[in-house]
Amino acid sequence: MSTTDLELADAPDADREPDFSDFDDLVVKRRFARLRRFGSNYGAAAGVVVLMVVAWQVIVHLAGLPEYLMPVPTEVARSLGDDWSAILAPATLTTLKEVLIGFAIATGVGVGIAVFLHLFGPLRRALYPLLIASQTVPVIVLAPILVVLFGYGIVPKLVIVALICFFPIVVNGLDGMRSVDDDYIRMMRTLDASRWAIFKRVEFPAALPLIFSGMRIAATFASIGAVFGEWAGSNAGLGYVMLEATPNLQTARIFAAIFILTVISIVLFGAVSVAEHLIAPWSQRRTSR
Amino acid sequence: MTQTTGSAAPAVRDTGPPPSRTPLEAPQITVRGVSKRFGGVVALRGVDVTIQQHEKVAILGPSGCGKSTLLQIVAGLLEPDAGSLNVAGATSAKDRLARCAMMPQRDLLLPWRTALDNASIALENRGLRRREARERTRPLFERFGLAKFEELRPAQLSGGMRQRVSFIRTLMAEKDILLLDEPFGALDSITRAQMQEWLLHAMEDVPRTVLLVTHDVEEALLLADRVVVLSAHPGRVVRVVDSRLSLSGPRREIVTDPEFVKLRELALEALE
Repeated sequence: MSTTDLELADAPDADREPDFSDFDDLVVKRRFARLRRFGSNYGAAAGVVVLMVVAWQVIVHLAGLPEYLMPVPTEVARSLGDDWSAILAPATLTTLKEVLIGFAIATGVGVGIAVFLHLFGPLRRALYPLLIASQTVPVIVLAPILVVLFGYGIVPKLVIVALICFFPIVVNGLDGMRSVDDDYIRMMRTLDASRWAIFKRVEFPAALPLIFSGMRIAATFASIGAVFGEWAGSNAGLGYVMLEATPNLQTARIFAAIFILTVISIVLFGAVSVAEHLIAPWSQRRTSR
Repeated sequence: MTQTTGSAAPAVRDTGPPPSRTPLEAPQITVRGVSKRFGGVVALRGVDVTIQQHEKVAILGPSGCGKSTLLQIVAGLLEPDAGSLNVAGATSAKDRLARCAMMPQRDLLLPWRTALDNASIALENRGLRRREARERTRPLFERFGLAKFEELRPAQLSGGMRQRVSFIRTLMAEKDILLLDEPFGALDSITRAQMQEWLLHAMEDVPRTVLLVTHDVEEALLLADRVVVLSAHPGRVVRVVDSRLSLSGPRREIVTDPEFVKLRELALEALE
């Protein structure tokens, strides 16, 4: 039997099989759909933010609160403009460095620990409960101790950011690697796969989407860690700017710093999503419904 | 519990093909007195099956009769509680694993690999470079009607095409023994019929010893030279049907031929 007969035999399935002439077209259409989905996903959220900012402005104005107690959004925006080049920009750079390097360390160490614990079962049983128990230690209170140990430089901030961020990555990574369907493992074993081949070709790629969602959770914690590190002892960074502004009642500047921290978190979160899209495109969850 | 007649009847022993056709060489797969229980449930009791090289044998039985368990035992994924196996000289589970390639019921294609990369995974597992593995697998895509689909992801393929990729992946393990575990069980009936015909021709192209597990009577009779009927709870051999058909032609004509209908009656009767 020739292959053409087989293809004809497949005709009832035709609507499910991509036709090659249309393939590029299909990709383009999908891109547009994604853009529209982005709009419908975040458009509503943007509207809520705008509403809240307006409400904030109106309420504070009507209540007649002084700026040092509660600045209105326009004052925060003015502080953002006036203080940017002299104060906020260098502070942002310092804090951004702490966040990014700390987050990178957390990702590397987190994935490393997850892989290690996954491949060595007895070790996992011994250490995993301890790992979870370690999370009951409020990492933030360690900040002063770390400052004593490592000084006012970047090191204690990196340690804190990494300590806060690595946990969701480890837990998600481990869960992802362990939750692979046994059928896949069996299939690989009948195809001459070694333990390492199963890990490399099945378990690790299968865990990537979960590792990325762990990283997304971690991304929202990272800037908190950096600020606490700076509060415990520093002479630069957004946390330091906030500490300095408080006794001077420069409340608008504090809010401006908070705003920048939020932007850092959102950008990091978005960067993780973009990285996931590039590295693990198959993990796109169906959001069209 | 209600099937007292079934379990009281003496187990039928499958001792290989009828004597007239028995080759002089030793059988390639010998399953002798294999039993397996899971907790309190007896999945298999005293199963005997003998298969010659390049013979195609179907294990037919209702769901839950332990036929997939039998396949996993032959494959070396499980050890039986009692009985012995010889699979191309291998007796231990580890050695059996190296002799057989298994095609699972679900295609189990990895979503992060293209069709071609999925199909060549066994070669990569054996240490070949990815590019080399791909080039060795590529001709089979042409041969099995999948040319031009090499670089698509599983999600972009239809169910029938995914199953074909899965079959090529199993072939690329380059084992003489293929174990097919309800290979088309997850497909709709139209696609399944097409795939049965496809597999029939594919197997003419690449002679292998095939042990096929199915609950589809027609599939068993069409694809296999011999059908071993298994009862449920516990799984034991109740009948062996010689299904070497003298018929040829399209599937539609075969399944309505009196010879085929008679064999189907024979198998269905044993299943009751």
